[in-house]
Amino acid sequence: MPSLGADMEAGTLQEWLVAPGDTVTRGDVIAVVETDKSAVEVECFESGTVGRLLVAPGTRVPVGAPLALIEAAGRETAARDRAAAPVEQPAAPRPRKAGQEAAPVPQPPVVHAEAGPLVRHLADERGVDLTAVHGSGPGGRITRADVEGTAHEGGRRPRATPYARRLAAELRVDLGTVRGTGRDGAVRGTDVRKAAHLRAGPAPAAAETAAPSAPARAPLPVPGRAGAAEPAAAAMRRAIGDLMSRANREIPHYYLATTIDMSAALAWLRARNRELPVGERMLPAALLLKAVATAAVEVPGLNGFWQDGGFVPGRGVHLGFVVSLRNGGLAAPVVRDADSLAPARLMTRLKDLVERARRGRLRGTEITGGTLTVSSLGDQGVEAVYGVIYPPQVALVGFGAVLERPWADHGMIGVRPVVTATLSADHRASDGAVGARFLNAVDRLLQKPENL
Amino acid sequence: MATATTTYREALREALREALSADDRVFLMGEDVGKYGGSFGVSLGLVEEFGPERVRDTPLSESAFVGTGIGAAIAGMRPVVEVMTVNFSLLALDQILNNAATLRHMSGGQLSVPVVIRMTTGAGRQLAAQHSHSLEGWYAHIPGIRVLAPATLEDARGMLAPALADPDPVVIFEHGSLYNVSGELAPVEGPLDVASAAVRRSGDDVTLLTYGGSLPKVLSAADLLAGEGISAEVVDLRSLRPLDDATIMASVARTHRAVVVDEGWRTGSLAAEVSARITEQAFYELDAPVGRVCSAEVPIPYARHLEEAALPQAEGVAAAAREAVGHRG
Amino acid sequence: MDETEARTAVEEAITRVVPGADLTGLEPDAPFRDALELDSLDFLSFVETLSERTGLRIDEEDYPRLTALRDATEFLVARA
Repeated sequence: MPSLGADMEAGTLQEWLVAPGDTVTRGDVIAVVETDKSAVEVECFESGTVGRLLVAPGTRVPVGAPLALIEAAGRETAARDRAAAPVEQPAAPRPRKAGQEAAPVPQPPVVHAEAGPLVRHLADERGVDLTAVHGSGPGGRITRADVEGTAHEGGRRPRATPYARRLAAELRVDLGTVRGTGRDGAVRGTDVRKAAHLRAGPAPAAAETAAPSAPARAPLPVPGRAGAAEPAAAAMRRAIGDLMSRANREIPHYYLATTIDMSAALAWLRARNRELPVGERMLPAALLLKAVATAAVEVPGLNGFWQDGGFVPGRGVHLGFVVSLRNGGLAAPVVRDADSLAPARLMTRLKDLVERARRGRLRGTEITGGTLTVSSLGDQGVEAVYGVIYPPQVALVGFGAVLERPWADHGMIGVRPVVTATLSADHRASDGAVGARFLNAVDRLLQKPENL
Repeated sequence: MATATTTYREALREALREALSADDRVFLMGEDVGKYGGSFGVSLGLVEEFGPERVRDTPLSESAFVGTGIGAAIAGMRPVVEVMTVNFSLLALDQILNNAATLRHMSGGQLSVPVVIRMTTGAGRQLAAQHSHSLEGWYAHIPGIRVLAPATLEDARGMLAPALADPDPVVIFEHGSLYNVSGELAPVEGPLDVASAAVRRSGDDVTLLTYGGSLPKVLSAADLLAGEGISAEVVDLRSLRPLDDATIMASVARTHRAVVVDEGWRTGSLAAEVSARITEQAFYELDAPVGRVCSAEVPIPYARHLEEAALPQAEGVAAAAREAVGHRG
Repeated sequence: MDETEARTAVEEAITRVVPGADLTGLEPDAPFRDALELDSLDFLSFVETLSERTGLRIDEEDYPRLTALRDATEFLVARA
């Protein structure tokens, strides 16, 4: 079960798109998983033959749990223990059997495996020797999770009671960070509650209500099904609530706003769209996103993550775009490398992602890895949106509606289409001056749409 | 109505008296139940009251008189058969397991065996290894019979009537250490529910599950624990077959810890069954391994100090509860 | 294209964008963009579908005439 977001603890396998015996290639979509937020298509990271499916549709399993076995041609036995799980960002380390590295079939050496700067930084901080880490990413690349898994007690599963595990999942406490007071350091229910209280700061009552103890004669909740039994909408509400609470609690936000004259951008769009069939026309949103992506390259400090007490710049600009779903709730599909896409390509990506987000057909890799998020509520007619940052990102850009407003320019008043651009930024990572430069860059870029 | 002071033995006798009075088909038989008044004095005076036809002394042949009881039950009577101790009941195990428990099934439902078999169980009275064992778990293993373990005056008084009303065989275990227990007993009001376990003491930190003769020890253990700030819930299983899973799991779901106290030997015990069910049904509620306090795996010794050492005691139960609750963090 | 055909085309285009949308409760003159919470991307898809189905060219200037069922139907009838 891949992690499809920093806040994801478990997912429900909705549907298998492959059957035992099928040949699969890395990147194939093999299953649909429902998270608290949406249905997501899961990609396979290894090529081979589908062996056994380990999880039945409708089953909710924690992140990191194996979903199926992929058997590589000619080395079934070596691959038997290898679970198919997409690894762009698996949050939980998969225990690796010693035999796996010692597979008799020669494999490309992993010691020189590629690791990005973010991963190197993380390894530095955690004191992890990268040459000793097995890369589980595409082409043996070492991912964050690999490093974290190695740092975390050598990848050992935290010792915890079943009740503690259940509570940790309910209260969204990372068991690996809890000090156990049970025998041999086992984490017990009280330890998890304590950790949840500490995290919740001055509002411990919230954590308590999240896990009410059953009354004496109440029917016992079916173990492990508590989450699944919850209506999807309520689960999503709770997931959003938890993440946004964390963001508001942990991130010292500062907010900036500026009003941008959109007449040049809209005129350029109108002229361009006039020549094109409807399917190729572009919306202002594409220009706004492109301007944000370009500004994020020009003004560093807002594109990336706050991790372990420091800012880690993103590799490339991967723009999350908040999509409200019709039955309530949100999805934030990611346009990868938005800074290098022409606006027309960006528009195509945007249409595709939004449409599939609404149908619950996003892939796991399409909702993770965002480095900066854009929220646009302009279609609702509001002027400005002051958003909450999506952790561990450090900024969120908001756009309101493009509206006609009186506009003074060179001593003259005229009516212009304008949009209010806002920035919510993490004051730990940047200061207001950086944010101001960023919004000014967005403004400037939108005045020359032809250069975007 | 006012309560009356009585003993466990008198409560059993009152239940027999009531059954003999209420239904002509009911009769009592067993070794020394008539003139001697029962090996443990339960039926004292009943032969004088109801006559030797209905309170019948039998030869020392468990297989014969238990088999007779089964036959009488099939023929329409409502026999209550007393077996002196569970150790001796092994001589009748063939009748109980191969006949009483199976005939309804093997006759395609044509035969009912409404027999009630009472027997003494348990140690603690220096009766040594051939009179002291607790084999309730063996009987609770058998499909086709109901197994009851009255641990209180109320259950001693009230379990016989529903047992007689059951169209299938019922085995009732009377723990030898309980006969002299005395206390206040409220008059019977309506038929007693014999299908469910009972919470004898409420608590939040650990569930102590037990039955029969161990109940008083477990209640003492709960007192000890209360003095240390550990709030123990005590569940009396009452029905050993079928087990009342709902009550057990509801309690464990609240306390997240369980200790099963069983005078039987640990290996393959009723305690093992209860523990397994808890892990099957309430695994995700458990905050500590399920604990067990059972008898030492030796034939029950004669010497008092050795016998006491071999049996579950309040201090041992409290220790297991402390272990489950762990360090109070 | 007669009015029935046009009306059907509009309804089909809406349903394609909002699967399961309940059109029976829509007033002919009520702006369905608001009622069905169509954002600009949805609306673009709607126009795209409408254009494909009818083979008509629809310009951005025409968008204001496509906001309610009756208007949109009349627009298609007039154009066809």
